[in-house]
Amino acid sequence: MRLIVDAVITGVLSGGIYVLMALGLTLIFGVMDIINVGQGALVILGAYLSYLLQQHLHIDLFVGLILTMPVMFALGVGLEAAFIRPIRWERTTLSILVTFAIALLIQGALSLTFSTNLVQMHAWYVSHSLKIGSFYLAWVYIFDFLLSVVLVAALYVVLNHTKFGAGLRASMQNRTAAQLIGIDVERVSAITFGIGVALAAAGGMAYGATSAFNPNSQYDLISRLLVIIILGGMGSLRGAVVAGFGMLIVEDVTSVVWSPVWASTVFYMLLVVVLVLRPQGLFGRLESRRQ
Amino acid sequence: MHRRIVAFVAAAVLLVGAGLAAAQGPIKIGISLSLSGDFSADGQGFQNGYELWADQVNASGGLLGRQVKLDIVNDNSSPDQVQTNYQKLITVDKVPLVLGPFSTLLTKPASVVANRYGYAMVEGAGGAPSVFNRGLKNVFDVALPVINDLDSFTQYILSLPPGQRPSTVAYATNDDPFTQPQIERSRKLFEAAGLKTVSYQTYPSETTDFNPIADKIIQSKADIVVAGTFMPDIVAFVQRFRQQHYNPQALIATAGPDLGSQFTKAVGGAQVAEGILVPNTWYPGADNPGNAAFVKAYLAKFGGAAADINGDAAEGYAAGQVLQQAVEKVGSLDNAKIIAELHSGDTFQSILGPVTFNSVGENTAAKAYLFQWQQGQYLPVYPLAAAVAPFEYPKPAWH
Repeated sequence: MRLIVDAVITGVLSGGIYVLMALGLTLIFGVMDIINVGQGALVILGAYLSYLLQQHLHIDLFVGLILTMPVMFALGVGLEAAFIRPIRWERTTLSILVTFAIALLIQGALSLTFSTNLVQMHAWYVSHSLKIGSFYLAWVYIFDFLLSVVLVAALYVVLNHTKFGAGLRASMQNRTAAQLIGIDVERVSAITFGIGVALAAAGGMAYGATSAFNPNSQYDLISRLLVIIILGGMGSLRGAVVAGFGMLIVEDVTSVVWSPVWASTVFYMLLVVVLVLRPQGLFGRLESRRQ
Repeated sequence: MHRRIVAFVAAAVLLVGAGLAAAQGPIKIGISLSLSGDFSADGQGFQNGYELWADQVNASGGLLGRQVKLDIVNDNSSPDQVQTNYQKLITVDKVPLVLGPFSTLLTKPASVVANRYGYAMVEGAGGAPSVFNRGLKNVFDVALPVINDLDSFTQYILSLPPGQRPSTVAYATNDDPFTQPQIERSRKLFEAAGLKTVSYQTYPSETTDFNPIADKIIQSKADIVVAGTFMPDIVAFVQRFRQQHYNPQALIATAGPDLGSQFTKAVGGAQVAEGILVPNTWYPGADNPGNAAFVKAYLAKFGGAAADINGDAAEGYAAGQVLQQAVEKVGSLDNAKIIAELHSGDTFQSILGPVTFNSVGENTAAKAYLFQWQQGQYLPVYPLAAAVAPFEYPKPAWH
């Protein structure tokens, strides 16, 4: 019992990290109808940026986000303008190839710069824990969780209470109609891609403070992130949040009560069951989307 | 007609000349290494070792009087890609000799391809039982057979007086063919001696979230922990154990802590690594012939400190040394003759120590050392003949 409680707590706390990374992915899909398979590489790039700031300028990991998130936002806007916008037809299919190319470029550049040695980031909160009863909660997980709550809340406010958010939601519902009523969909797309990449920076820092990583870690990440947004429903923010927590909790509980060998299998079986019953994912919309 | 004959003779002379020149060109040695993917840290170590060996051969007159040139291709740590690579090296690049890739997982498929073309595969990192039990006659591992890696540790623990001896053990292992047999063997030895198993977990090598596994070990409150890991998993375990204030009396990992400063940096500094154990077949200070020169050449070429030299580099270098001696003894690049020589029972010299192969290609003369991190240094502590510092037991509490 004690183990299960531990596993649920661990699942919730580490689920927050995956939510951060998956939100960017599902947001970009929702607005632009493209699957950014470069998200994993961008997360790792974000982790290395935080690592650089910490190693060379001794900037705390969380404080460093004030720098890395805007930089990554700008990078996202640039990537969108340079590589995504020129795709005029077959956007969804071609974007997979284009963003995969971006992922390989980033991975190659990171491997050359940092080598493929594993890196883990350290700070006092990585090794110290908060004691509640007989449970120890590592501070880094608590902070990561709070970070994801803050960023999800901020995203919620931007989407629901700003003019830009209204334009974004309109573009999500129907890109062509949004264009017809005068929304600058291309601008919305660029900013959305920027936000998605900035979220990857935050997710990368959170990931790098809890796991050892190297440029190749992007493959593990992107496969898990894609699964999260498929389970949650492609383009659904709520879905990404629920599925992110759900995946980690299911895996962690299975791992302790049964065996780590079954952790992923049980989760994927659940995914298949959900997709059979709801092909659009937990919160996805059924009708096909129109450009 | 006369002119034609002259032209023909001239062409023939040219062709023979070109053929002779090719024979005198460098000897290409084909190698597939994991320069990216899960094993990239180890793959890089092997590349350094192989390159140093080639430098040393070329500096001292070459192999059979010819220079050696390495043809290294990347397999991305993939057992499929490694087969393609050796296939290409042997049939397209037509290399006359090959050396092994990194890890048991990749050596198994690689040696099958080499066997198909009658090539000897001398290697330094495919040492698990599953490499040797397939009836192949062409695979030769210069390192200690992996199954015996943890023996120095079990011997030490079982040599402790009853009052100090731990009574419970937790095991967790990656399902990799390199790690699992070692853990299984140490469990058998410990259980036979009356040490109770309080937790035994096997996890898939794709696992990225190690916390639930670590939590189960912590809950078992085992006296000692035997971990069948590579670098990412042992780093995650150390971090979790620290966060949860779990202090086993001994913590040994099959691999990871042997990667020098890469390991200490990843766990958060040398003081965190204090007391962590790892088995290995080599260390910079070993008094095997040629070892001091190897360490010197390594530092000159790649920089850093002796303590940071990856054991993989030594294993790669040693594989090269053994292949070189076998080729020189038979005096040709005929792989059938080389394989016969390697099986002859002759003893070869390497920086890992003496090498003698049994009928399946295991090195029966290999040495096993147990290493411990002590005050930022990676030191052999057992067996006593090789120990440069006393074994720190029990392990001090986390820093």
